[in-house]
Amino acid sequence: MFKHFLGLQWKSFYRSASFKTEIWFKILMALGALYFIAVFLGLGFGAYFMIDEAGWGNPLRVVNRFMVYYLTFDLVFRYMLQKMPVTNIKPLLYLPFKKSQVVNFSLGKTVVSFFNWSHAFFFIPFSVVLLTKNYPFAQVVGWHLAMMAIIYCNNFINVMVNNKDAVFYVFAGLMILAGISQFYQWFDITLYAQPIFDYFYDMPWTAIIPWALLLALYFLAFGYFKKHMYLDGGLAKKHTEVRTENLDWLNRFGNLGTFLKNDIKLIKRNKRSKTAVLTGFFFVFYGLLFFTGAIEAYDGPFWKIFAGIFVTGGFLFSFGQYVPSWDSSYYPLMMSQNIKYREYLSSKWYLIIIATVISTILATFYVYFGWEAYAAVLVGAIYNIGINSYLVLWGGAYVKTPIELTSNKKAFGDKQAFNAKTLLLTLPKLLLPMVIYAIGHFLISPLAGYLFVAAFGLMGFVFKERAFKMIEGIYKKEKYKTLLAYKQK
Amino acid sequence: MITVHNLTKSYNSNTVLNIDHMEIPKGQSFGLVGNNGAGKTTLFSLLLDLIQPSSGHIINNEVQVDQSEEWKPFTSAFIDESFLIGYLTPEEYFYFIGELRGRNKADVDALLANYGDFFHGEILGQKKYLRDLSKGNQKKVGIVASFIGNPEVVILDEPFANLDPTTQIRLKGIIKDLAAKEGVTVLVSSHDLIHVTEVCERIVVLNKGEIVKDIHTSTETLKELEAFFAG
Repeated sequence: MFKHFLGLQWKSFYRSASFKTEIWFKILMALGALYFIAVFLGLGFGAYFMIDEAGWGNPLRVVNRFMVYYLTFDLVFRYMLQKMPVTNIKPLLYLPFKKSQVVNFSLGKTVVSFFNWSHAFFFIPFSVVLLTKNYPFAQVVGWHLAMMAIIYCNNFINVMVNNKDAVFYVFAGLMILAGISQFYQWFDITLYAQPIFDYFYDMPWTAIIPWALLLALYFLAFGYFKKHMYLDGGLAKKHTEVRTENLDWLNRFGNLGTFLKNDIKLIKRNKRSKTAVLTGFFFVFYGLLFFTGAIEAYDGPFWKIFAGIFVTGGFLFSFGQYVPSWDSSYYPLMMSQNIKYREYLSSKWYLIIIATVISTILATFYVYFGWEAYAAVLVGAIYNIGINSYLVLWGGAYVKTPIELTSNKKAFGDKQAFNAKTLLLTLPKLLLPMVIYAIGHFLISPLAGYLFVAAFGLMGFVFKERAFKMIEGIYKKEKYKTLLAYKQK
Repeated sequence: MITVHNLTKSYNSNTVLNIDHMEIPKGQSFGLVGNNGAGKTTLFSLLLDLIQPSSGHIINNEVQVDQSEEWKPFTSAFIDESFLIGYLTPEEYFYFIGELRGRNKADVDALLANYGDFFHGEILGQKKYLRDLSKGNQKKVGIVASFIGNPEVVILDEPFANLDPTTQIRLKGIIKDLAAKEGVTVLVSSHDLIHVTEVCERIVVLNKGEIVKDIHTSTETLKELEAFFAG
């Protein structure tokens, strides 16, 4: 019976649409995975020596001290990304499997998840280094096993709290608060958390406690799932109560208003689009890395333009990039309704413009870092509105990734979103303004650099009609391919 | 109203639709039957310019559908759930379609008032998004939405599937009225021979992409169709 499950699992893996991507993208992905493994390994091997060299004290104690943050971050990360095992259970329900087998298999599947074993790349080398530094064997093993159990506890905690957003946000909020109060030295949570982790080392037998906890959590999760394995229970789709909103004030914009109303509802009522907007919002703070001089590599003059583009272009990149995929689930309707492409595209364009303006206003606080910082933000905004808004719509015509609005799956990048054409289009989005700025900066003065970029952006306004005509043509040309691609979920 | 000229659609070397000539006059209720893979949905998708013909073309009221978009204002359709916007409530969806077709809220409300029976109290004022409605109720929304804005051509792909018996009977009445009283050209496909023979003045049978029967509906039609499909 277990064999059947494994067979199904294997087929669902290698027959999945995402598996059939281009070879060079697979190579890219493998390189990405290797990079992360290398980073973790580097941390695992290097953490001891780095802490030792910095003179913060006993490396193990230091790691224990910050372990509470590591673990909470892990939990938050899991909550956002780790998929729940309930998917694909439905077709098994009426088959002659015992329910407990199905549950055991589903939970077992989470055990071998990437979110669990990736931690091994840190903990194993770290423990090995400890042993070579003559830390007592039994104590290190006790600590290591305890940590392993706790990571797995996180796994099952996540399984149970899944989709309980209220719990999650309170928890995440408390952790952020703890982080802030530690930074300002009001209250240091690590002082209270560290002893717990120290116990596992000082008294290795206490490692039994997390293992017992893990066992308990497993049975809890098992019971929870078995109890809720009904179509109207845990397997039911969540129905949200409707909140109607009055957006009639948009009517004055005619057909454009009709689309804008729809887009606002799209953003407010779907998980995936909400994530995109939130991501866009966080981009506003991305500039802090540049303007505070936090990262040395970013101190070059044209990096400021790079920052300016990102600070004001968060929404443009996170949402705009996926136009028209946001409408993928009802694209045939849009294509057969009484709609002109021009109006459809205009509404998306206005949405991007409005968001860019809002980001620019939010980013006013960069004035604090001097006029140059704010000039970079303003110039970035002008360039985003004048040039990038077209480029992003243009690139969208080639993306063709259907978006599942109600889930966050693939919210952080998708293979199909990277094709040669979209990659090429990022060049003028990011590099061109940097080059233009550099020319002005080095030939005349920084001010001239900013003026050059702004002038370039303003030119975009002049050519709006032409740009739209061209984009419209491309959308029309790509229409049938796009319709076909959206059909293949 | 609709003329089909030398229309073919092939995928690689596999021809899925091949119609030399077909004409559908204005105000006709036109039924399309055929087994799975006969090309019914392909023909409807071509009519809506959702796929490109391999050769030939379709003229809808003097507009060539794959060249101009001018057919859109007077043509409406419900093919499948990809014609619904899941995150809207039924009301919002109707108003949205209405606005696209130049109808204000009052117009749409007036139209919806005629379908109170058809909705059976399960559509309007339910505080539910379309994605949370049952399949049958979603279908009702899609069908009624295709009547908004006085279209001259209405295309419905398998409208009877998934509907409960009461609604099927009501829908038959609605389709008959549309063609007879309002001169709307209605194109319907179905697997239910009884329903199509009851509703449509003319029935075309597709088999492997080709027209094998073109019948003006009479009392014998049902028997003829059953004999054909029984093989």
